[in-house]
Amino acid sequence: MNTDPRPLSPHLQIYRPEWTSVLSIAHRITGVLLSAGTILLVAWPLALARGEQSFVALQNVLGNPLIALFLIGWTLALFYHLLNGIRHLLWDAGVMFELKWARASGWAVVVLSVVLTAAVWGGLL
Amino acid sequence: MDSFDIDLDDCGPMVLDAIIKIKNEVDPTLTFRRSCREGICGSCAFNIDGTNTLACTTGIDEIKGDVKIYPLPHMPVIKDLVPDLTHFYAQYASIRPWIRTQSPPPPDKERLQSHEDREKLDGLYECILCACCTTSCPSYWWNGDRYLGPAVLLQAHRWLVDSRDEDTGARLDALEDPFKLYRCHTIMNCAKTCPKGLNPAKAIAEIKKMMLARQSL
Repeated sequence: MNTDPRPLSPHLQIYRPEWTSVLSIAHRITGVLLSAGTILLVAWPLALARGEQSFVALQNVLGNPLIALFLIGWTLALFYHLLNGIRHLLWDAGVMFELKWARASGWAVVVLSVVLTAAVWGGLL
Repeated sequence: MDSFDIDLDDCGPMVLDAIIKIKNEVDPTLTFRRSCREGICGSCAFNIDGTNTLACTTGIDEIKGDVKIYPLPHMPVIKDLVPDLTHFYAQYASIRPWIRTQSPPPPDKERLQSHEDREKLDGLYECILCACCTTSCPSYWWNGDRYLGPAVLLQAHRWLVDSRDEDTGARLDALEDPFKLYRCHTIMNCAKTCPKGLNPAKAIAEIKKMMLARQSL
């Protein structure tokens, strides 16, 4: 708890969004999205267990283009979190800390997660 | 926030020159810290153009448009650009930043160090404790009361790897804490912003590795 009577200098609102912090918060956000998406993984077998009718109903809902958009976002979140997780494992091993490599690997994660998502939804994977 | 217009044709090249010119010629109440004007004292650390750095080593021409200067982020402000660094210094003191030994010193000479062991301090000893990295770290913003932050942890590593220090175990014991060390989430803002080009994130990772290595013994 901040008991200091002095005013606090501005922070989040004035600090420039750097690739370092943006990629990091994206890792957090995709992690939260993945947890939320897990509900679907439960809904699927649940619908299946309840019989053909409820499974078809669920599939129809998922076929909705708006829902599909969420699913694409979920796939993107999955690949981003997975690839960035590997980046974090490398850091935990003590390598790739040079700014040049940290930056290059960050962009590689972004590009690769988009490519892999496109591949999944384009039916290539 | 105050705005000042100054004639850059009649001003030194660095951001610090501009601030000093404002204090001298426009507003003598403007309050800030500065000393060496050559990037070695760490006094004139501010948030300049959205990122933490030293005003004395940042050229005015490096910044596009108006130069926005804030005090170091998420710190108690004493006045204008002067943050209260009491807690930061107390955290530095808490790692006991000096050589700690058990063995008696050699009677006829100093505690010597090989060239190789001395090289292990490169990239660590250059730290000037300007607090740019620590106050760029979102983890420190939210948990600075207990998390030591990148600058102090880089210093902790500097003593952990010093071949002359004999208190490595106790130093690691002191850092074995969910907050002091492990609030580092490798965001890397520290390394990005360091005006001396150091890499606190790597130093922290090295401490984590030392923790792991001694656990698996």
